[in-house]
Amino acid sequence: MDRSISWKRFFRQWGAFIILGGGVVLGILYFYLQNPIITEAVLASAVRQATPLVLGAMCGLMGERAGIINIGIEGQMLLSAFVGYLVNAWTGNLLVAVFVGVATGAVLGLLLAFMSVTLKVDQIIGGTVINIIAVGLTGYFYQAGLTTKGKLAPIALGKLAELPIIGRALFNNPPITYAAIILVFVLHYVLFYTKWGLRTRAVGEHPRAADTVGVNVYRVRYINVILGGAIAGLAGVFLTLEAVGSFERLMTNGRGFVALAVMIFGKWSPLGSWGAALLFGMTSAIQTQIQFAGVLDIPHQFIGMLPYLLTIVVLAGVVGRSRPPAADGIPYEKE
Amino acid sequence: MNENIPIALEARNITKRFPGVVANDQVDFTLKKGEIHGLLGENGAGKSTLMNVIYGLYTADEGEVLINGEKVEINNPHDAIDHGIGMVHQHFMLVPVFSVTENIILGSEVTRGTTLDLNKARQDISRLSEGYGLKVDPRSIIEEIPVGVQQRVEILKALYRDANILVLDEPTAVLTPQEADDLFRIMRELTEKGVSIVFITHKLREVMDIADRITVMRRGAVVGTTTPQETDKQGLAEMMVGREVILEVEKGPASPGEPVLNVTNLSVNDDRGIRVVYNVSFEVRKGEILGIAGVQGNGQTQIAEALTGLRNAASGEFSINGKKMPSGSPRRLIESGLSHIPEDRHRHGLVMSYAVADNMVLCTYYESPFARGLRRNHQAVLENAKKLIHDFDVRTPGPLVNTGKLSGGNQQKVIVARELSRPVQLLIANQPTRGLDVGSIEYIHNRIIEERDKGAAVLLISAELDEIMSLADRIAVIYQGEIVSIHQTDQITKAELGLLMAGSKL
Ligand SMILES: Nc1ncnc2c1ncn2[C@@H]1O[C@H](COP(=O)(O)OP(=O)(O)O)[C@@H](O)[C@H]1O
Ligand SMILES: [Mg+2]
Repeated sequence: MDRSISWKRFFRQWGAFIILGGGVVLGILYFYLQNPIITEAVLASAVRQATPLVLGAMCGLMGERAGIINIGIEGQMLLSAFVGYLVNAWTGNLLVAVFVGVATGAVLGLLLAFMSVTLKVDQIIGGTVINIIAVGLTGYFYQAGLTTKGKLAPIALGKLAELPIIGRALFNNPPITYAAIILVFVLHYVLFYTKWGLRTRAVGEHPRAADTVGVNVYRVRYINVILGGAIAGLAGVFLTLEAVGSFERLMTNGRGFVALAVMIFGKWSPLGSWGAALLFGMTSAIQTQIQFAGVLDIPHQFIGMLPYLLTIVVLAGVVGRSRPPAADGIPYEKE
Repeated sequence: MNENIPIALEARNITKRFPGVVANDQVDFTLKKGEIHGLLGENGAGKSTLMNVIYGLYTADEGEVLINGEKVEINNPHDAIDHGIGMVHQHFMLVPVFSVTENIILGSEVTRGTTLDLNKARQDISRLSEGYGLKVDPRSIIEEIPVGVQQRVEILKALYRDANILVLDEPTAVLTPQEADDLFRIMRELTEKGVSIVFITHKLREVMDIADRITVMRRGAVVGTTTPQETDKQGLAEMMVGREVILEVEKGPASPGEPVLNVTNLSVNDDRGIRVVYNVSFEVRKGEILGIAGVQGNGQTQIAEALTGLRNAASGEFSINGKKMPSGSPRRLIESGLSHIPEDRHRHGLVMSYAVADNMVLCTYYESPFARGLRRNHQAVLENAKKLIHDFDVRTPGPLVNTGKLSGGNQQKVIVARELSRPVQLLIANQPTRGLDVGSIEYIHNRIIEERDKGAAVLLISAELDEIMSLADRIAVIYQGEIVSIHQTDQITKAELGLLMAGSKL
């Protein structure tokens, strides 16, 4: 990103976000002073809940930054979760399972790219096709009772893990959660500070302009959508191999769609999406705490709605205006 | 020009077909080193197509391109750039949310390690822009700078890639006369440094002023090549159109009557909710043409949309024949005597997939005789179409042909026929001749004057100063959403208008 962005412009875009974030941090400090153990537990849970969301959001934004809307994230996550889980159940190997799961996501990304870039199918329909394929395949081949052989376990990073407040949340996580955090920074760098990122954003804003300076629009779109699919695949295997340890029908439970809200909330940027995902993760974690503690005497279904309510509020555009890439969703015709 | 000057670029026998049209038909074109070569032709003549072929955006069906006398393969813009060709497209190829620097380096990025080296790029750009007198701030964001400056960015983009052949596709269409003069100065400077320039336009005066040689295209073919010394505007116009044309519109003096349209303190927002028209007030009287002159994008579109019910006004009001009009109700307006020739005929004027006959009753289909209760009277619709096609000389294979199949000029005639076949009290014509051939322009101009003489009030919005000067009885100048001043046409010169349109005071 050109460092010339003035403070005013920066604040117009991120002001609401920063104020909200500041409020949340103050809230956390307040609760930490009240009850450090529960607060740390909520934070740690928030980070893990955020993992599939931020991964899904990064999948979405890679596509949309290049001009391809991906509403098939849910399906990519679901099928990858299932395939990763099956591979692990058969081979007993976690690493191979993760790898195959990620590859599954990438293949679905390739399918989406083929439909939307080459065939120029309406992208909403393309994404829906992927969701239907995933629900169909996982439902058909589902076997009850299988469990994974082992789960990806947390790795504490020495003294860092003992830091107050953030230690447990950030430095005592299983591998995919770490990977997600690292990916956030890597992708942010790639998108805003490298040649590839500049070209990707140009292709998403004004593909013909990119074409006229010799950028291969189709190639940029393919690669971004495929890599995005791989990231969604990582989110999928997170669910089966790191979080739960088995597969259930429709276990993604709308996370692929919530990820889109996270992406929009995060203004199509990896760092912003991470912030948004943490907020969503936090509502999930708090929601669980409320249910456990039984402090509020309302049916748990209502409390369970919290993250989805937040999604609606975000999509209704309450938290600042965000502008999608200008060529988002529009197939590119060369002549 | 000396015969011995080497040739920088040559296109031989280029043919390019699109479904239904031969856009370039065995075209030959040569560009000498260091010359400004005007490429003149009406809209749709095939100028952009020829240049897009040379730039590798389109693949020619036949023909070859030579650079410095050697045959080259250009399959994509990348190849063209490698051969030193730069092109500034008719519609700018700039990413609006990127900075000037980001736009210029896109595709030819400088990096340090894996990181973009924007600092170095900015220095290079500053040096380049000083060297050629192309003033820009490398840090500004494209959507925040005026089009004149955006155009400089486009030229810099080509120079940054070491272009020595520069194609400018209708560069003056978006500029004020003063900005155009500035561009001509820059073009001269570039040729002195050895750049050869293809300058595309459909404005006769401009090629006469600046070109060393002129090639004229008509309907996909080259008509001939000449020089400003050997010809004049009339001669060029005849080459362009293929017959004698009358460049001046003939019109008698206006005899204005009662005010028909009264606009008071009208403010309008654009799609983003940003105010683009500020407290505009004016009136248009019976039997006169009020022209609104201004560079594109100064709020004209939104004024027209507000007055035709396509957009709600943010504040203020307007009335027709003394009756206050509601915001956002096209039908009420039409029933009050409004006829509208919209700026964008594809979006607001016609349903391209409908038959010509249906488009001709788009405002009246629900009335007798076109409807009988809930039923449509097909016979009446057809009769109406046949009559209008004849009266307005619409060239169509028949009344039931899809409107999208017609040429731009004939599509426009369908709109004009529909709008003028009702009793007109107020005519709002927004860019009524944009993109049309000289013949259709002549026709539409005469029709507008005819309506005036029959007693209609006409509001004419146009970005073409010549059109405003020759049609309007009074001229309102708009700049950044405000009416700067209103003048009698015979009391102001073109140069003065140009200054006002650029925001200066007289
Ligand atoms: N991409 C395209 N697809 C189909 N037809 C086209 C395309 N580009 C240009 N044409 C047609 O080719 C003809 C020449 O167009 P163009 O080269 O743009 O003319 P000019 O630049 O002289 O106004 C027109 O009839 C136009 O409709
Ligand atoms: Mg053109």
